[in-house]
Amino acid sequence: MVEWTDAERAAIQDIFSNLDYEDIGPKALRRCLIVYPWCQRYFGGFGNLYNADAILSNPMVAAHGIVVLHGLDRAMKNMDNIKNTYAELSVLHSEKLHVDPDNFRLLADCLSVVIAGKMGTAFTPEIQAAWQKFLAVVVNALGRQYH
Amino acid sequence: MSLSAKDKTLVKSFFTKIAPKAEDIGNEALSRTLFVYPQTKTYFSHWKDLSPGSGPIRKHGLTVMTGYMDAVEKIDDLLAGLLELSELHAFTLRVDPANFKIITHNVLVVMAMYFPDDFTPEVHVAVDKFLSKVNLALSEKYR
Repeated sequence: MVEWTDAERAAIQDIFSNLDYEDIGPKALRRCLIVYPWCQRYFGGFGNLYNADAILSNPMVAAHGIVVLHGLDRAMKNMDNIKNTYAELSVLHSEKLHVDPDNFRLLADCLSVVIAGKMGTAFTPEIQAAWQKFLAVVVNALGRQYH
Repeated sequence: MSLSAKDKTLVKSFFTKIAPKAEDIGNEALSRTLFVYPQTKTYFSHWKDLSPGSGPIRKHGLTVMTGYMDAVEKIDDLLAGLLELSELHAFTLRVDPANFKIITHNVLVVMAMYFPDDFTPEVHVAVDKFLSKVNLALSEKYR
């Protein structure tokens, strides 16, 4: 089981309580599709993703970014059992969506960059460490049911 | 994944913009590397103070950023331009090349922190590609 210090729990809860899902979700997914264009393979039905401008103005990308970000809520609410909390979603991403689990890490990195951009110097090394540890646990849980 | 003309333009103009804050960026990026990825501290056991923002970190952060800015000048032939630095890292410092990616990630995070409006997704991908090529050039002489 993952051990969390009080400071780490506080840092995570703090980020989520100030999180503007409608802003950060779309930004993170857009950045992922632009910085790691091979991720676009999973979004064939999203219409025009031909260039950065198209991605930035694509409404389906924006909507889905919000969905994905809310997907982190269950981890935030179940920090002591993230592994099992994501079992079902892991199966979904593996069996139905066929997503290469390395992509979870790429999206997590983009999310960290977006959060850093929003928080500026308030994104201290301590908070970055807690946040990245949290995301690493989620990424690991999402990849667990692949076989 | 080679750099297009547009990538090079974006990299050059962004690095010109961030140049005045090079020391702060280097300090923050290196501080985070040592703090968030503690295994990297093994390369700096000869420093008295490894806490974020310490004197040695601030000084060395500037050294690293100066290296990146120099690499921007040599963007058209990084392999040749970074040959000496590669030899330094390979034979003298013997830094595991896996760590180059760690510093790169933290540089990107700090760029977003200090320049949220300028560090757009397009600039991000151009800079990430550039830093990846720098890392590759630094790894050249290892084996």
